[in-house]
Amino acid sequence: MNRYPLWKNIFVVFMILMGLIYAIPNLFGESPAIQVTPAKSTSKVDPTLLAQVEQILQKEKIAYDGIYLDARGVKARFANTDTQIKAKDLLQANLSSDYTVALNLLSRSPDWLRSIGAKPMYLGLDLRGGVHFLLQVDMKAALDKAAERFVGDFRTALRKERVSYAGVTREGQTVQIRFTSATELAKARKIISNQYPDLTLKDSVNGEDIVLSASLNAIEQKRIQEFALKQNIQTLHNRINELGVAEPIIQQQGTDRVVVQLPGVQDTAKAKEILGRTATLEIRLVDEEKSDAMTLEKAEKGQAPVGTDAFKDREGRAILVKKNVVLTGDYITDAGPGVNGQTGQSVVNVTLDARGARVFQQVTRENVGKRMAILLIEKGNTEVVTAPVINEEIGGGRVQISGMANTQEATDISLLLRAGALAAPMDIIEERTVGPSMGEENIKRGMHSTLWGFAAIAVFMIIYYLAFGGISVLALGINLLLLVAILSMLQATLTLPGLAAVALTLGMAIDANVLVNERIREELHSGNTPQASIHIGYDRAWDTILDSNVTTMIAGIALFLFGTGPVKGFAVVHVLGILTSMFSAVVVSRAIVNWVYGSRRKTTHLSIG
Amino acid sequence: MEFFRVKKDIPFMSYGRLTTAISMITFVLAVVFLATRGLNFGVDFTGGTMIEVNYPHAADLNKIRTTIDSIGLKDATVQNFGTSRDVLIRLPVRTGLTGAQLSDKVLGSLKAVDDSVQMSRIEFVGPQVGTELYEKGSLALLLVIAGIMIYLALRFEWRFAVAAIIANMHDVVIILGFFAFFQWEFNLTVLAAVLAVLGYSVNESVVVFDRVRENFRKMRKATVTHVIDNAITRTMSRTIITHFSTQLMVLSMLLFGGEVLHNFALALTIGILFGIYSSVLVACPIAMWLGVSRANLMSDVEKKDSDKKETHPDPDPSEFA
Repeated sequence: MNRYPLWKNIFVVFMILMGLIYAIPNLFGESPAIQVTPAKSTSKVDPTLLAQVEQILQKEKIAYDGIYLDARGVKARFANTDTQIKAKDLLQANLSSDYTVALNLLSRSPDWLRSIGAKPMYLGLDLRGGVHFLLQVDMKAALDKAAERFVGDFRTALRKERVSYAGVTREGQTVQIRFTSATELAKARKIISNQYPDLTLKDSVNGEDIVLSASLNAIEQKRIQEFALKQNIQTLHNRINELGVAEPIIQQQGTDRVVVQLPGVQDTAKAKEILGRTATLEIRLVDEEKSDAMTLEKAEKGQAPVGTDAFKDREGRAILVKKNVVLTGDYITDAGPGVNGQTGQSVVNVTLDARGARVFQQVTRENVGKRMAILLIEKGNTEVVTAPVINEEIGGGRVQISGMANTQEATDISLLLRAGALAAPMDIIEERTVGPSMGEENIKRGMHSTLWGFAAIAVFMIIYYLAFGGISVLALGINLLLLVAILSMLQATLTLPGLAAVALTLGMAIDANVLVNERIREELHSGNTPQASIHIGYDRAWDTILDSNVTTMIAGIALFLFGTGPVKGFAVVHVLGILTSMFSAVVVSRAIVNWVYGSRRKTTHLSIG
Repeated sequence: MEFFRVKKDIPFMSYGRLTTAISMITFVLAVVFLATRGLNFGVDFTGGTMIEVNYPHAADLNKIRTTIDSIGLKDATVQNFGTSRDVLIRLPVRTGLTGAQLSDKVLGSLKAVDDSVQMSRIEFVGPQVGTELYEKGSLALLLVIAGIMIYLALRFEWRFAVAAIIANMHDVVIILGFFAFFQWEFNLTVLAAVLAVLGYSVNESVVVFDRVRENFRKMRKATVTHVIDNAITRTMSRTIITHFSTQLMVLSMLLFGGEVLHNFALALTIGILFGIYSSVLVACPIAMWLGVSRANLMSDVEKKDSDKKETHPDPDPSEFA
């Protein structure tokens, strides 16, 4: 009477087989690897890249265990980290800068497993080491910057249409244009409302002047904020590509936040520095006319003359620069460190795009003999990196910035310039860094907890319930197998709390088996035959198991919805574990019981203690 | 083997006053500790920086303290973490410096004194994030409570839902009370443990309630008290075996899980111990006092032939507040 129909048995066997196949990659472990990915979206991933990488490695006789091409790039496995690092240096030297070479870990599982998508579990940062950042974009600054741009745009537009105005200033996110006559204002209003339909315009009177105020409307504000976020994410992408990180995660979170995860980064301090830097570059002209000793002294105390800003250079001297920005970092297409042939100083060679080159050429032509200041703006501090005299008109968009302290600084600044500027400053509001050795330690801790706990439960269950205890343990083992398989299949991030959830889920899952076993015992005590007891035991226990798991599930789902980072990892495993445990404790253990006892016609005794 | 072969039903419900008194006392104590000592929130909730470093030899805490003092971080706390070679440095939120800069500064100064120091982990949580986690944590707790109550109300009856939630909230408060009393650090992982316990303990109540419902069907003549006593006695074995097994796993976590999982496992241990007690000896009396009866558990057809005399009057609210 206790027999499963054939399809059900096949189903159970099928599930266990699938579980085995998808769980197996976790046993092979990982070996050091290198991945070569295109740094720019224009570079292609094709077999020629694979051949190129192979050729480079073979030429230097660097042995690799495996090499293959996938959608993202070329990956090669090595026997040890020494070879891995040697190969990385070699590839970096030989491949063009269009490709990023990053250290990675790859599963040692055989190719056929990979081809069916069976991969080991995806380990979270706390298990493999790495950096997690939550960055907040300063949206107010983004809007201010946008408003600042309008100041310049309005001046140009009004001048072009020959509208006379008294001045353009920015008050927060509102741009105010002062006029002396109402007719001029009306003219200006028409021009601006035509060219910038997204601005809200307002007239007011301020003393003798009449003022036209332009402010960003809600839609425009939203657009600017979205753009700032997108631009910042792009910039982060570029910077991280420069760092050479395998499988970085850069995601938007909410409306003004970005999550960055860099697994396996060894030099966390460097990563933080590169990401955290908010440097932007500005080129402005030095205001030579006002730069007399008296004004400079005053400017140092914060009283810079109208239309100028006072900043300090590297020696701490004040320099007056015009408010008008000639160029920003946005016009830079490439930047690299170098050495000036004449002075031997470290420099940064900058290449500008066509528009930038044109502006630069025009400005240098008009200002020969004057000084031009290169400003580095970081976290609200502006520093004059260098302020060389313009000797001649500079065309072609190639600019050399001198004044670097050493090669390291030249390299860092070029990286920042090349990776592009941030549209708005960002602050790191959350950081979780785990050292690589700590990651391994955490894996060990999680594994040991689970395995020893499992062993203890197994011993206890077998002593207490004999054969039925053994069946329960087998079912629990299959539960673990299925859970690992599902986690591997979904490639859900496994964290240390996730590992704890594996252990806890197993500890809780045994409940279902205990319920069944107790129920069967009870039925036996009340005089039922063994076969009937098994039948009734499983039947009656099912309702209870369902109810109790639903409540646990509710807790798991709430954690998933509201949890972040490690807690989310806990929740995912917990919820999946509840599902697998219901299946294994009810369906699988019943299948085993049926298989052991179901076909015996005259069972007089159940080995249930 | 069988530990609990009880022939007669144990009259649990007649101990109602005693068990309620015990509950009330532990509960009140927990609340008092929570109010006077408060929870020792980790950086997850308060914001701040936590740096864990590892030395190949036993760490000299005094030297580390003076080093950190010397770079102007006088409000840092330095303590061993797990072993004598691991050191945990905590810094409160600071204006003007981001956590990333702060941790670099600390590590730099430690490296200058002793080059063998290794960074194990850095956690920095900005104040705004801390507040959010706090809010989200509370929301998660509310959602769990609401979800469980709705489910139990649908599946059983509102009296059971109320009884189960009161019993299990009492567990949660007691866990928090322990954390307040011993000033163990309360972080996100512990919150996860608390919520997991909440779901898990409700399990217990569900198992017993399930039996109560079944008994109401089978034991037509029995009084409510008798029905509940029988349900508890019949499920007692399972309750203890299950909890024991779960505790084996948690114990393994306590022993092998390291410092990070330590408080998580502690919260679970307290939750499991009090869970056994409360889900049986707190939830059932409350359900009884709320007037649970055959009539309000059975479907309409069965309601007709159920005995009206067995319905209990609504209790004096002060009895179980």
